[in-house]
Amino acid sequence: MTDQSKPGSLMPLRIGFIPLADAAALLIAVDKGFARDEGLDVTLQREVSWSNVRDKLNLGLFDAAHLLAPVAIASSLGLGHVKVPIVAPFKLGLNGNAITISPVLHAAIMAELDGDPLDPLATAQALLRVVAARKRKGLEPLVFGMTFPFSTHNYQLRFWMAAGGVDPDEDVRLVVLPPPYMVESLASGHVDAFCVGAPWNSVAVDLGVGHILHFVSDILARAAEKILAVRQPWAEKNPQALAGLIRAHDRAAEFIEAVDNRTEVAAILGKAEHLGVDAEVIRRTLDGRLKVSPDGKVRESSRYLLIGREGAARPDPVQAAWLYAQMVRWGQAPLSDHSLSVAMGVFRPDLYDSATGKAAPSAGKVEVADGVGAFAGPSFDPAAVSKHLDSFPIRRR
Amino acid sequence: MAAESSPKIAIVDENPIRAAILEEGLREAGFTLVERVGEMNNLLARIYQIDPDVILIDLENPSRDVLEQMFQVSRAVRRPIAMFVDQSDTASIQASVDAGVSAYIVDGFRKERIKSIIDLCISRFNAFAKLQDELERTKNALEERKVIDRAKGILMKLKGLSEDDAYVLMRSTAMREKKKIADIAQSIITASELLK
Repeated sequence: MTDQSKPGSLMPLRIGFIPLADAAALLIAVDKGFARDEGLDVTLQREVSWSNVRDKLNLGLFDAAHLLAPVAIASSLGLGHVKVPIVAPFKLGLNGNAITISPVLHAAIMAELDGDPLDPLATAQALLRVVAARKRKGLEPLVFGMTFPFSTHNYQLRFWMAAGGVDPDEDVRLVVLPPPYMVESLASGHVDAFCVGAPWNSVAVDLGVGHILHFVSDILARAAEKILAVRQPWAEKNPQALAGLIRAHDRAAEFIEAVDNRTEVAAILGKAEHLGVDAEVIRRTLDGRLKVSPDGKVRESSRYLLIGREGAARPDPVQAAWLYAQMVRWGQAPLSDHSLSVAMGVFRPDLYDSATGKAAPSAGKVEVADGVGAFAGPSFDPAAVSKHLDSFPIRRR
Repeated sequence: MAAESSPKIAIVDENPIRAAILEEGLREAGFTLVERVGEMNNLLARIYQIDPDVILIDLENPSRDVLEQMFQVSRAVRRPIAMFVDQSDTASIQASVDAGVSAYIVDGFRKERIKSIIDLCISRFNAFAKLQDELERTKNALEERKVIDRAKGILMKLKGLSEDDAYVLMRSTAMREKKKIADIAQSIITASELLK
């Protein structure tokens, strides 16, 4: 499997993915033949858990995978699991998650809200009052579902509520839930809210069991969500195949971002063997036009999910550093300069640049000054993580 | 096993037959404290209640990610759990992934003890897969028999053939077109329905 492809023959690759909208670049690269054009014969394997994707990538059963960016970093640092150095040469998506809450919690937050419902500081402060009122009444803490301990969802929820004064470990319960179970758990009252990627927020709204409170882009302007992951030794042994894979993904990302292609893209992603959901729901995600409440209210945002546009596909080590800083903030990892540099080294803009031949963005053209754009706290500086974290009163460090 | 107390083992599997096969195997091998969890709601609460030394979960189960939460050091987790990963023994990990099962152990659990449990899991999971394969094949064969019989009837009626000749005709067509007899039979049924 690791031989370089001979001229004229295709190199077989096995790539794992989770059925989520942000697997789009991978699925389109394969379905539209972009990977084949690069000499790669990709077999896609749909998985049911991030643990499976991680383990199969680590064991070499997958050559590459659609993976949560924080899992790639955790794996490279050996956090909670075997240490396997991972390389991320392509970012599959920026943002794309949303926080969805039950109608009951929505009503409670709205009743306590003092400000704009789209302002995450205002909603987090309202949540603090809701939490305090529940404590006074002796009610069980609210339960928030997220997808994985090492996930952007976990960190986005924590960052948001902590900014309003809610301690995510003391005042509420955060639990891991597989995305396909989120909607059912919200409907049955096992959770009061969740943070998950597309299409699950829309599914909850369509069924009338949830309100989308925030797009995560309200919390962070640029959050590295999923990445294309390969093992570092594999990357070193197969530079041509990797470059081809990056190019195929980049072409797919451009194809997806062209609005004229969206109907076709949504239909391809909706196929049973891919996401297996209604193409219309996927279309809304790609367009960033989401129904946010069961009464039909729609919210539109150009920042909901970015696949390729505005430099989204190019891995930005600052975003990796921010994710590592969250692991430190919440007690998942100790802070060290070495770990920080390992985390940042997972994201490889150099591989992206050399494969695509695109010029690196010039410093003046970046969209948000610190590369992350969080709604609260000082701007992020990877050279001063310790000082940065000290500025947040709620932390486990 | 006699010298040491039996470890408590939790099997997390939504497939009750496979879970039962595994449980039986574990009991036969002397592991007497086995609990099955088939309900994925409140999985963590259930696991904490059982307080197992070893957790076995099938890889088709999305709730595997829920178990990953137990690696986290937090107030909710009483005994930190680790996945069974021995960097020196990738063959055994690969075999368990191939068989479709994964094991988590409480920190400090002896490696030699988990090895025998894992090996047992692998063989039982593989046995179950084989059983299911055979069942599937038998079902398919029965299904094919029915289709072939119907097509034979159609040929006998339309072409006035004997039963044996109708079968010979289908078989020779299948050989010529490099297809299965069942596929030819299905085409005959489809065609006759279209032409009705």
